[in-house]
Amino acid sequence: MAKAKSIKQNGSTAIQSHHRRNEGMAYDANTFKEIKINRSAVDRRAATITKRRSIKKQWQAAWLLKAVTCIDLTTLAGDDTRGNVTRLCAKARSPIRKDLLESLDMYDAHITTGAVCVYHNMIADARKALHGTNIPIAAVSTGFPAGQISLKDKIQQIEASVKAGAREIDIVISRDLVILSKWRALYNEVQAYRQACGAAHMKTILATGELPSYTKVAKASWICMMAGADFIKTSTGKETVNATLSVSLVMIRCIREYEAMTGFKVGFKPAGGIRKAKDALNWLILMKEELGHDWLQPELFRFGASGLLGDIERQLEHFVTGRYSASFRHPMA
Amino acid sequence: MDIKEIFESMEYGPAPENGSVAQDFLDQHQRKFGMYIDGRWERPSQNTYFDTINPANHQVLAQISDASSEDVNKAVAAAKKALPKWVNIGGHARAKYLYAIARQVQKHTRLFAVLETLDNGKPIRETRDIDIPLVARHFYHHAGWAQLMAQELKDYKEIGVVGQIIPWNFPLLMLSWKIAPAIAMGNTVVLKPAEFTSLTALLFAEICDQIGLPNGVVNIITGDAKAGSAIVDHKDIKKIAFTGSTEVGKIIRRATAGTGKKLSLELGGKSPFIVFEDADLDSVVEGVVDAIWFNQGQVCCAGSRLLVEESIADKLYGKIRRRMERLRMGNPLDKGVDIGAIVAPVQLKVIEDLVQQGVDEGGTIWQPSWSCPEDGCFYPPTLFTDVSPSATIAQVEIFGPVLVAMSFRTHKEAVKLANNTRYGLASSIWTEDINLALDIAPQIKAGTVWVNCTNVFDAAAGFGGVRESGFGREGGREGLWEYIQLRQEATLSAKSYYEAKVLKSSGDAATVALGIDRTAKMYIGGKQSRPDGGYSDAIYDPSGKYIGDISRGNRKDIRNAVEAANNANKWVKMTGHTRAQVMYYMAENLSIRAEEFANRINQMTGRVMSKAKKEVQQAIDRIYTYAAYADKYDGRVHHTTHMNVTLAMPEALGVLGIVCPDDFPLLRFISTVMPAIAMGNSVIVIPSEKYPFAATDFYQVLETSDLPGGTINIVTGDKDELAEVLAKHDDVEGVWYFGSKKGSKQIEMYATDNMKRTWVNHGKYRNWEDNDQGAGEQFLAKASDIKNIWIPYGI
Repeated sequence: MAKAKSIKQNGSTAIQSHHRRNEGMAYDANTFKEIKINRSAVDRRAATITKRRSIKKQWQAAWLLKAVTCIDLTTLAGDDTRGNVTRLCAKARSPIRKDLLESLDMYDAHITTGAVCVYHNMIADARKALHGTNIPIAAVSTGFPAGQISLKDKIQQIEASVKAGAREIDIVISRDLVILSKWRALYNEVQAYRQACGAAHMKTILATGELPSYTKVAKASWICMMAGADFIKTSTGKETVNATLSVSLVMIRCIREYEAMTGFKVGFKPAGGIRKAKDALNWLILMKEELGHDWLQPELFRFGASGLLGDIERQLEHFVTGRYSASFRHPMA
Repeated sequence: MDIKEIFESMEYGPAPENGSVAQDFLDQHQRKFGMYIDGRWERPSQNTYFDTINPANHQVLAQISDASSEDVNKAVAAAKKALPKWVNIGGHARAKYLYAIARQVQKHTRLFAVLETLDNGKPIRETRDIDIPLVARHFYHHAGWAQLMAQELKDYKEIGVVGQIIPWNFPLLMLSWKIAPAIAMGNTVVLKPAEFTSLTALLFAEICDQIGLPNGVVNIITGDAKAGSAIVDHKDIKKIAFTGSTEVGKIIRRATAGTGKKLSLELGGKSPFIVFEDADLDSVVEGVVDAIWFNQGQVCCAGSRLLVEESIADKLYGKIRRRMERLRMGNPLDKGVDIGAIVAPVQLKVIEDLVQQGVDEGGTIWQPSWSCPEDGCFYPPTLFTDVSPSATIAQVEIFGPVLVAMSFRTHKEAVKLANNTRYGLASSIWTEDINLALDIAPQIKAGTVWVNCTNVFDAAAGFGGVRESGFGREGGREGLWEYIQLRQEATLSAKSYYEAKVLKSSGDAATVALGIDRTAKMYIGGKQSRPDGGYSDAIYDPSGKYIGDISRGNRKDIRNAVEAANNANKWVKMTGHTRAQVMYYMAENLSIRAEEFANRINQMTGRVMSKAKKEVQQAIDRIYTYAAYADKYDGRVHHTTHMNVTLAMPEALGVLGIVCPDDFPLLRFISTVMPAIAMGNSVIVIPSEKYPFAATDFYQVLETSDLPGGTINIVTGDKDELAEVLAKHDDVEGVWYFGSKKGSKQIEMYATDNMKRTWVNHGKYRNWEDNDQGAGEQFLAKASDIKNIWIPYGI
């Protein structure tokens, strides 16, 4: 395991990394060309995996707190302003009510969300609001969500966001390259993004809801990892079908294979539609079962979510008090 | 453990299901159970009880009645008394009862699940998510069959009182597989759960009581093998359905031989799990978990023999080992446990001994690093690699969480290895190539083939085995045959319908002299053949006049015929249409020689010419019937699980022996041989001893009809002597015997060792001229087995 290190970047401290960053590898079609994913078998596993494990009582509370630390607390809306972004950042700094953390004996654990995720224009406001914390800002980029702009513009967007202080860049891949099986072109594209990211970590959004098959989801996952993705991410949150356990299973199995081949650990981020504490537990179970403990940490696992935190807060209060909670009892983002 | 620690370790904690409702249920019964007989709770007549034990902690759960034969007699009497009314209330009324049972099971799912887990040791996840939902599904499905019986099964009726004996591995699920179809079809039931696991059957009896099921329709007897044999031996029981070991299945087969009891046996297995190199290996790994670490591997259809294409074997083994590390074993009531307890210490001992034998015989054993709980019956998941087919653990059913792996080089070798077993219950094929999957599936000797999945069940699909895995199906339309009979079966006669007359009194002599002496040989492998022993017997007409000599076949001739029949694989591979063409051609060639055959019948039997001619015409008619069926008696696509095409395909049994009676020498020969070959079987026929020439003349028709050699083999001689050799031959899959009552019993006895399908007449006669008794789908059904092929899909 590589030593933890800090990277000075735009005046802020990069997240603590306990593992070697994925360096990618040369394009090699042999790694993915024979992949065939059996849809029904994957669906069966995804449907049963969460029924094979049950997390109750203090274990549930601890796991939910862990989930909080893995949230990329997100706002990606046309009507975002400094006001709501500042609120979001305040929530990211202190996601759980202090009295609850005290009851859980976790007040000194410095629970924050994993990151705050915004559009480029909001980076400056977020930086101000997060000043003094180690919470990274993630910016969506490359023509998010559809990615229908020129490569040059995409690269510029990344560079601009990194320059503005984003330590994580969530890029979207060109779906047409997957649909048309232009794998080398996709590799080149993602590699260019990675270069533009520099020290910032890159999450590659596959937009799986717009890809034609699980087999192509797996191939696209491989391309992104080979091209140097730090995370592979399911969705923008804007597709009609976003993160599912099934598609996550397909992607994280690729992460496992990639690690076996290269030794690099690539992170995973499901995004879109994850709203319930129960969903969060399900994903954590999936990660633990298929990838193991390392992927239960924010370094390698994130939820892209906005509403999830609220439900977790209510569940935690229920654990503490034994009473079902109401959302108005928790400070809004 | 405090939250901070868990936050760091991210371990799973305990998540026990609350067992208190089930414990309350036991307490309400003072932890002592009677038996459910005639709608009442009865104490055992000998006042003896035995303990039922939770294998996860060795605690006694309750005392169970130990039934004597007296108790069984009472239950059978109750079932017999209830029968007429249960039949007469009709399908709709029965459907309502089955529906009510299904609903009631659903209302109490958790109680059933917890009770099952306590009694059996399997994880609550399985009882909750698999066993009990399937039970409800089975009763719903069969409520539908009760409703539709009058429309869909017009020609059929119930069998009567049914005795059912079930195993301990899926206690309530096996109960539902037995009881639902039986009572749906109008039968009444005496069921005995396994000694280790009686509790859910007793709770089920309470449900029957609650919904007001008429008294005596379902009777639950508890006890050990002596109660079981009292059920098997009871003269008023008309059918036995058994699920359990092959060893006990054979005892039951012998005990019921000659009694006329209908029998279905679902026995052991050593099912192959075949992985081709293009399979989705991560999905394969989960398939392996479902195959062998489901229910601690105590599953008759467990995929216990892993056959892997050599190119990917090591990679797959690595993935499996990694997955095994993550399996969680422990308190079966814990909702986060994958593997629970082995049902009883005696079973644990069997597993331990077999594993030791596997090690002694040179297998490479691998078990995960974590250790098993020590206070119950636990055995860790185990993988054996480098196992050869000759190893004991590759051949015998371990009935535990032990997977035996070996590699194959080619597809052909995969099939050979897969079929290199006495069993034939289930199999699983993993490939992303539909061409390959559908090429392999029909070649596997098994009742169920799961493509890219395993241990998937549904009430709409039949389940059951071939070879020593038993016979009969449970589930689906094909499962109903086990609980119904053709109405006309009741009209079979104790006397022959055939009146052969003495020649001189008929006044109707042969119209054509037969000319020079013809030598009737036997017909083996498409060639006329002389008997191995070199003996012949003279055949006389009814007036005592010598007609000619017939070969006296012996056991070696049977051996040769079976070998020829086994080599006749061309026939089974032909399309139905091509088979039909050959058969029509036979009819054409017989028709050309109609006069000759009529004369022969007349000469042999003394039957008047008009009737002899009619017999020939009917024989031609019958060939047409089965030629017509050859491309029409086909399968179904069952409505099973979501996104799954389940093909129910009738398949030829393989090699079928047919022993003919003396009446209707030609028509009878045709009426049995033609349906058998229409389905693709190859046959060995032992013709009528008295009138053999109709069959031996027929080989000349065969020779001119393009029938591939070995498809029909004719061996003449002493009928019962030859039949014995056939019935004892391990490379023969089925025997039809039409002869004496005693001979019928003998055949069923002899056939037991390799679990042949038998169809015998118990000395009764069919009117072969009658199209209902002498022809029809029944013959095709007896000549085939339904194989269910599950093909999930999705992209």
